[in-house]
Amino acid sequence: MKYLCLIYDDETIWTSMPGDQMEAVMSEYFAFTSDIQKNGQYLDGNALQPTHTATTVRVRNGKLSTTDGPFAETKEQLGGYYLIEAKDLNEAIQIAGRIPSVRYGSVEIRPIQEFEETQ
Amino acid sequence: MNDSAAAELRERIGEIYRADSRRVLATLIRLLGDFDLAEEALHDAFAAALERWPRDGLPANPRAWLISAGRFKAVDRLRRRSRFETARAAIAGQMAELEGPRIDRDFDETGEAAGQTDDRLRLIFTCCHPALSPDARIALTLREVCGLTTEEIARAFLVPVPTLAQRIVRARAKIRDAKIPYEIPTRTDFAERLDGVLHVVYLVFNEGYAASSGDSLTRSDLSEEAIRLGRLLVELLPDAEALGLLALMLLHDSRRGARSSASGDIVLLEEQDRSLWDGERIAEGRALVERALRSRRFGPFALQAAIAAVHAEAPAAADTDWAQIVGLYDVLLRTDPSPVVELNRAVAVAMRDGAGAGLAIIDAIIERGELAGYQHLHAAQADLLRRCGRSEEAAAAYERALALAAQEPERRFLERRLRELREG
Repeated sequence: MKYLCLIYDDETIWTSMPGDQMEAVMSEYFAFTSDIQKNGQYLDGNALQPTHTATTVRVRNGKLSTTDGPFAETKEQLGGYYLIEAKDLNEAIQIAGRIPSVRYGSVEIRPIQEFEETQ
Repeated sequence: MNDSAAAELRERIGEIYRADSRRVLATLIRLLGDFDLAEEALHDAFAAALERWPRDGLPANPRAWLISAGRFKAVDRLRRRSRFETARAAIAGQMAELEGPRIDRDFDETGEAAGQTDDRLRLIFTCCHPALSPDARIALTLREVCGLTTEEIARAFLVPVPTLAQRIVRARAKIRDAKIPYEIPTRTDFAERLDGVLHVVYLVFNEGYAASSGDSLTRSDLSEEAIRLGRLLVELLPDAEALGLLALMLLHDSRRGARSSASGDIVLLEEQDRSLWDGERIAEGRALVERALRSRRFGPFALQAAIAAVHAEAPAAADTDWAQIVGLYDVLLRTDPSPVVELNRAVAVAMRDGAGAGLAIIDAIIERGELAGYQHLHAAQADLLRRCGRSEEAAAAYERALALAAQEPERRFLERRLRELREG
């Protein structure tokens, strides 16, 4: 079963964090990623650039409109994700609980919708 | 088989349903991997029993028969479903697994289904999974583990039936779609998950216990269900906190007959007619507390039960061993610190050392800005102020409590106290 772990945190904490602390968190991230890669639980993962780079797009009545900024203004922003393989939600919770950012922000776990192909 | 024997057998099937349907369901959920399918299979199995047993006689092991029949019926349903829908690989796979020669492996020589105890625990832990909302955990536990109907649960929690039905449908869908596993938690998170289960049971109990008038009849059934759940947990898993929770519920419940007057008014612990207390429940609760405390792995539930036991041991309110109660609160405050425990300890201190000593502790809680919206803080403060003869301040505190009180009997109690105070 595949789960998407969406990492939300207050992105301003990253800009105000002292350099050595930032480095420590980054090395935690590297260690975590390589660990779940070794276990075969890692499918994909990325960090996102901050929300000031975000653009939201809609098409209404055939007309495309774009707005500056993320879809929703929230206290915690989507800052990255992991796509993982886990045997069930319990295992996914265990893995998500080790993402370094859970200590500052939160991780939302969403099962991937599988569309079965008809024979 | 003659008519009277057949009638007797039908009655026996009713008994088996009441005693064993939840166990059969728990195993069917494991075998079928789906709550809805398992529930349909359970009903099919009992329908088949009603048809076959009066004709063929009671099987040697009714529970095993029902599980086999349920599984067989489920395969049947899946086959029919796959004929109507597009034949899906998933269903084919599920059926192949179900039709395999696994029946024999599920039952040992005695005919007992292997791992049936585990199935019931799996069911409890799954219904109380922390990924479900607290409301959903309660509804699902009462529905699947206790076998209450959706209507019964809705009535007991005073919510519309469609709301509750929706809650159960959503919870089952999340279990299926997010793949919440049907398993007993592993050692690493066992203690935390068990704690979650115990809290669900305690919430059910309190929901029933807090209701002291009006619709109290249907609501007090909730306390009965919670005690039944507590017994089941103790039977399956005699953990110190499970023992403590059952003891706590029994000891509280022993006072049910004494805690409100004929007119539905609240009677405080110190004014209760102790001859109305249920001695059997007290004896059972006390024995459980002792067992829990002896294990030395006890926690907040066992400690609260121990406090309730000290109250139960006093033949009259004046005989209460307040020193021991304060001591137990001290331990409780260390293991599970919270302002509510602090408040309860303050009341016990007031009984041991005088109202002024209790008031000082309450003042400290208020100074920290805690429990301002908690009715019982103001009511306790009011009572201690009254005992110190500070009537005006006491009246103001009763007013604050009254503004927060939601339940009718509680409002009447506070209004009565306020009246007495003003009439001096």
